[in-house]
Order: sequence, then C-alpha cells, then structure tokens
Amino acid sequence: MKNLLPAMAFLLAAPMAQACETFTSGDISVQQAWSRASIGTGRPAVLYLEITNSGAMDDALLGLTTPAASMPMLHETTVTDGVAAMPHAASIPVPAGQTVALSPGGFHGMLMGLTDPLVEGQTFPITLTFEQAGNLDVTVDILSMRAKGAACDDAK
Amino acid sequence: MRLRHIQIGLWVMAGLAALAYGAFILRPQMNTQTHETTFRSEFFLADGAGQLRTTDEFAGKFQLVFFGFTNCPDVCPTTLSEVAQVMDDLGDAAAKVQPIFISIDPERDRRLGIDTFAHAFHPAILGLTGDAEATRAAAESFKTFFEREDATDATDGYTMSHSAALYLIGPKGDWLRQFDYGTPADAILSDLKSRF
Ligand SMILES: [Cu+2]
Repeated sequence: MKNLLPAMAFLLAAPMAQACETFTSGDISVQQAWSRASIGTGRPAVLYLEITNSGAMDDALLGLTTPAASMPMLHETTVTDGVAAMPHAASIPVPAGQTVALSPGGFHGMLMGLTDPLVEGQTFPITLTFEQAGNLDVTVDILSMRAKGAACDDAK
Repeated sequence: MRLRHIQIGLWVMAGLAALAYGAFILRPQMNTQTHETTFRSEFFLADGAGQLRTTDEFAGKFQLVFFGFTNCPDVCPTTLSEVAQVMDDLGDAAAKVQPIFISIDPERDRRLGIDTFAHAFHPAILGLTGDAEATRAAAESFKTFFEREDATDATDGYTMSHSAALYLIGPKGDWLRQFDYGTPADAILSDLKSRF
C-alpha cells in the first residue's frame, strides 16, 4: 500500500480494445505480449510474447526487467514423462529469420515478487535484453486468469 | 556346427535380456501413461475452510482431478482454464462432474488461499490442501508424481515438479483415464459426454 503512487504510475488503463502493439529494436520485433491477472502479490505471475528476428544474424533473449516484479526470470516449462517442471532458462535463442514464442507450456517470463496486483484490462512495461539487439521496451496486456492466448484481433 | 549353435544361443539370450531390460525400464512410464487394470483413487484432504473432504462424498459423479500448486503460473492456470471451460460448456450436465484441484504444495497454498485461486478459474472447482502425509497418500493412490526442488532463485527458495495430467474418476470411484497436459477442453468435453 505504501508504494501505491509509483505503482499506479505504470499501471496505465488499457484502451477499449487491446492494441497488441509491435515493439521493434533493430531486427528484433516483439508482439502479442500478455500476462494473466494476479490475486494479490503473493504468487508469481507469467509473461508470454512472440519475438521475430527479421535479420540475418542469430540473436537471443537474455533476460528482462520490470517495475512490476522484483525478481523477473526466464523459465522453460518442460514436460518429461508427464511430469512438468520449469527450470530457469539462461537465454532463449531467436535464430535469424525466425519467430519464437514464449507461450503456455513452453518458455515464459516468470515474474516473482510482484510489486502490485496485476489487474485485468491494465498493462505494465517490461524491458527485454537481447544479445545483439540490446534493450527493447515492451508493453504487456493483462488478461483474465483464464486467458489462453493474446487477445489481439490478429492473434492466432 | 557346435560353435554356431552356441552362437545362436548367445544371440537369443542377448535378445531376451534386451527385451527384459526394455520391459523393465518401460514399466514405470506405462504406469503413468496408460492403465489397463482398474484401480480406485482416493483422497482424504482438507478444503480451504479446513473441512475434511473425501472421495466418497462424490460417489455418483465423475471427478476431474488435477494435482498442482498455486505458485505455478504456467502449467496450472493452463489446465485449470481448460477445466473451467469444460464446466461452462457442460451446461446442465455440469452437476454430473466435480472438478478438484489438489495442492501438492499444501502448506504454502493454505497460507496463500486455495479457494481464491481455484475459484478464479471456476466457482465449481474444489481446492484441497491436506497435510503432507495425506497429500502424499492421495498422490500415491492416483499414481501421480510430485517432488519439491530446492531452488535459490525461486520464491521461498523452492519450487515443485509434478505430473501435469488431469485424471478422470468414475461415479464408482474407479480411475477411468488421464488427459495429458495440453488436452483441449473440447476433447475432455466429448469424452465426458460419451460416458453420461
Ligand atoms: Cu516459471
């Protein structure tokens, strides 16, 4: 509660329809960034998005920072013989000319230590760090807890 | 001639050994993948209000049972969303199905609140946080796996790995089948409808 003001500053109200903007830095563009609403701040939240590398050089997502969480990390869900685990992913390769998805059941951002509850319909900013393309600021749409994918018109 | 017989004999023995070994290493996997023999799955676990809930209470209903934990932001919401979709799409037949979310991290989930989490997906989902021993016993009776893993970079210094399948228990308490992780709501729904 004591940090309500700075928190409100980044939790901007979303427009009527989710914009699903594309964010670009050099050859790297990121689209369909979304998360699920949280119940309070006690549990980690998730981050999903798509990264397209339109260049001729392989790149990799190395990590992320966000005012929304004190310990954001890259994870990869693995299901081995039916058993799910989500180890830390040191980096996520984004090969030249390819699109890589952070999506349910695969790579995801794990947002531990939430600053404030994530509220459906709002957004929060993240900064992704790429090996080649450097830093890229992205706005993440907060969808319902039951969301299965990005809520853009052009989403798959 | 004699040598050739020995040679064939050795090959046959090697083949049998390989088969036996194959059967041995494949066995645990088959336990979790497909189950031909019938068995009963049971739980005796506290709900969010601390009340003891047991399998018998749901006799006559189908039970859709998922083991997970609420600090799981990827796999667990994905499966619980499918379960919620199934319950919505069942319409009137929803009364024939009881969805159950059993915490394999019950101590932390009791503190965080199992009901708020389960009900955020669907009000019909019953969240259970028993004690450690009862939770282990429930998992064993469902032949499901979970394990705590220490991880310095995880919330509270640990995380859980767990079987991500959804189990279907019949009206007589018999284990009917599992839906592997990622099974869409439509497939679960049509399976259920074929059993009513
Ligand atoms: Cu994770």
